[in-house]
Amino acid sequence: MKANDLVDLAARNLRESLLRNSLTTLGIAVGVASLVAMLSLGIGLQQLADRRLARSGLFDTIVVTSRRSLRVFDRADNRDGAPPAESRPLDENARVEMARLPNVLEAVPDLHFMAEVRYEGKPHLTMVAGLPLSARDRDAFENMQGRFFTSDAADEAILQIQFADELLGIRPKLGESSSMLNGQTQTLIGKELTLRYAERVASPAASGSKSVPAEGGGGAGDRSSALQDARQPSLMAAFSVVARERKLRIVAVTDQDPEGMRGVAGARMFIQLQMVENLHVMLPSGLRGNEVDLSNAPAYPSLSVRVKSPNRVESVQDAIRKMGFNTFSILDATRSLQRFFAVLDLFLGIFGSLALAVAALGIVNTLVMAILERRREIGIMKAIGASDGDVKKLFLAEAAVMGFLGGTLGVALGWVIGRLINAGANFYLRRQNLPPENLWAVPWWLVGGAIAFAIVISMISGIYPAARAAKLDPVQALRYE
Amino acid sequence: MREKSTPAGTIRTEVVCRHFQMGDSVIRAVDGISLEVGAGEFVALLGSSGSGKSSLLNLIAGLDRPTSGVVIVNGHNLAEMSSEELSRYRRHSVGMVFQAFNLVGTMTLLENVELPMRFAEVERGQRLALAREALQRVGLGARVTHRPSQLSGGEQQRAAFARALANRPSLLLADEPTGNLDSHTGNEILDLLHECNEQLGMTLVLVTHERSLAERYAERLVFLADGKVVGDQANVPAFERVAAGGSSEGTPGTQTQEGERR
Repeated sequence: MKANDLVDLAARNLRESLLRNSLTTLGIAVGVASLVAMLSLGIGLQQLADRRLARSGLFDTIVVTSRRSLRVFDRADNRDGAPPAESRPLDENARVEMARLPNVLEAVPDLHFMAEVRYEGKPHLTMVAGLPLSARDRDAFENMQGRFFTSDAADEAILQIQFADELLGIRPKLGESSSMLNGQTQTLIGKELTLRYAERVASPAASGSKSVPAEGGGGAGDRSSALQDARQPSLMAAFSVVARERKLRIVAVTDQDPEGMRGVAGARMFIQLQMVENLHVMLPSGLRGNEVDLSNAPAYPSLSVRVKSPNRVESVQDAIRKMGFNTFSILDATRSLQRFFAVLDLFLGIFGSLALAVAALGIVNTLVMAILERRREIGIMKAIGASDGDVKKLFLAEAAVMGFLGGTLGVALGWVIGRLINAGANFYLRRQNLPPENLWAVPWWLVGGAIAFAIVISMISGIYPAARAAKLDPVQALRYE
Repeated sequence: MREKSTPAGTIRTEVVCRHFQMGDSVIRAVDGISLEVGAGEFVALLGSSGSGKSSLLNLIAGLDRPTSGVVIVNGHNLAEMSSEELSRYRRHSVGMVFQAFNLVGTMTLLENVELPMRFAEVERGQRLALAREALQRVGLGARVTHRPSQLSGGEQQRAAFARALANRPSLLLADEPTGNLDSHTGNEILDLLHECNEQLGMTLVLVTHERSLAERYAERLVFLADGKVVGDQANVPAFERVAAGGSSEGTPGTQTQEGERR
């Protein structure tokens, strides 16, 4: 029998015992719905985590430090290569070189410095960090009040919420909602504050003569700690420090830490990275012995290299290490996270499939009953020329049609259930003063996969009844009343 | 579809046996029957119930397999066919009419007549046209969308007859086709069968226990008892004796039949 005839005939047979077949189909639908709801939740959570991680800038970022640096991430793979004192300084040339590596989006220096901030006459001491314009996409700025920097040279500042509270003279107790929620910080935006900082001015006489022994003095056996003590006095004379002031406009307040886990934690005020470089601020790292460069283009304490996607991190990391720098990334953490979600999806899938397994038994039951009921019909079909294969295929087609209908209905039902769970979760989140999240996703492959799965399960359930129907002896079946 | 091979519609059985195991005893439903039926012949198998006539018909129809012996139809030995080949044989070469009509109750008449053509993979449009035409021919053109339960016994049997002819078989097998009908309607059905035999040249095997009926239509009477052939005689149909092509309604034979049927 032709396939379309088969499906046609199967569908009309199913219409005959409408109630029973609808109930069986509904059983499949419930099974598929639970599967879809579970998996869509798992997938949704995974997507949420991926989204968060991607925007946190943690997993596509490599932190590069000089081998000379004291901030060495003491990892086995960082120990090979040139001895620390002879390795390359982490300067602008190195930065440009890294930025040109394949798959690298950008390489930005991590610049932090302590400064005094005056607001309404009162001094506040805080750590200030430079932010590149590309940081705009990070999730720390997702729910901030105000706006991001307008240009890379704007005299603008973004405040971290604790610092904003300090400027306003508020000391929120633990557990109390901060000023951000009751709108007090809104009053800060647009106000001006004064940044007082130390500018590093190189003295031309010293930089020419002293820099040579400084570079060459780092002999093979020298250790950085020893060098630091030995050189400190002579280097102090190489530059002078001048106190400067700069007026900045507050453009935004964020309640999250824009730096995440990177860099020196604790920066509470952020200004444009380009501005930090233009200011020639005396960086705390600039005082450390072997990092001190006497030119006006100082070495960076560390660089953040952003890579196109997390799976490129490893190759870029290798390339940077070959250039002679230490690298660090949290790539391994993502791997275990992915494994976690695979296991979570598996478990959710298994739970979801339980209902489908019950539904499969329903199909077996329905079709076995149908054989008893339609014994005579099967006999007639065989007498007028149906082969065993035709009868078998007909029963399988009926199972498949039920699977298809149940699967389609189930996906729709699962979609609704997922929606409800999501709505419920967001209701809860809002009650907890948290921003709403999309915990739930139904990708197209899940829709197609669930329907196909329902059809396959139904047909597997139909194999036994179909084989039994096909084996029916027509003479016996026709005698049956 | 007519068989293209020369012996289309010929049946030959050679000491064919069909035994059923019933507990310890063996029932010899068909016990060594050798029979030859020529193409286009109208043969009646007569015998009391349990004589083995239906079992023999099932063997010829390819619904059942012989315990021993051979059944050769259209030159092919049914005993050697695979179940797939047997179903193809039933589909294309055999049309069957039963005492219980055996229409599928959940389908309309049109769908019932269409069903064998579905198995034969006739294209849908053509199938519908042929089924409609066949129902028209048996006088049910206005009732194609009715279900069997909405029809009288005679109408159901006529629909079953239309279905049997759907794939143009070379062999028409009728198993007590009038058993559930009153004599008048039964005669109408047999008229249809006879017409088929005459006009389309189909070989017709009629199983019945009513001798008068057989004598009125069949060219040859084969008597069975206990699974064996006990008599085989040529017969001049009463039909032809009374009037050529006329209807049998008014013939005295009708009355006799009525008496025979309890």
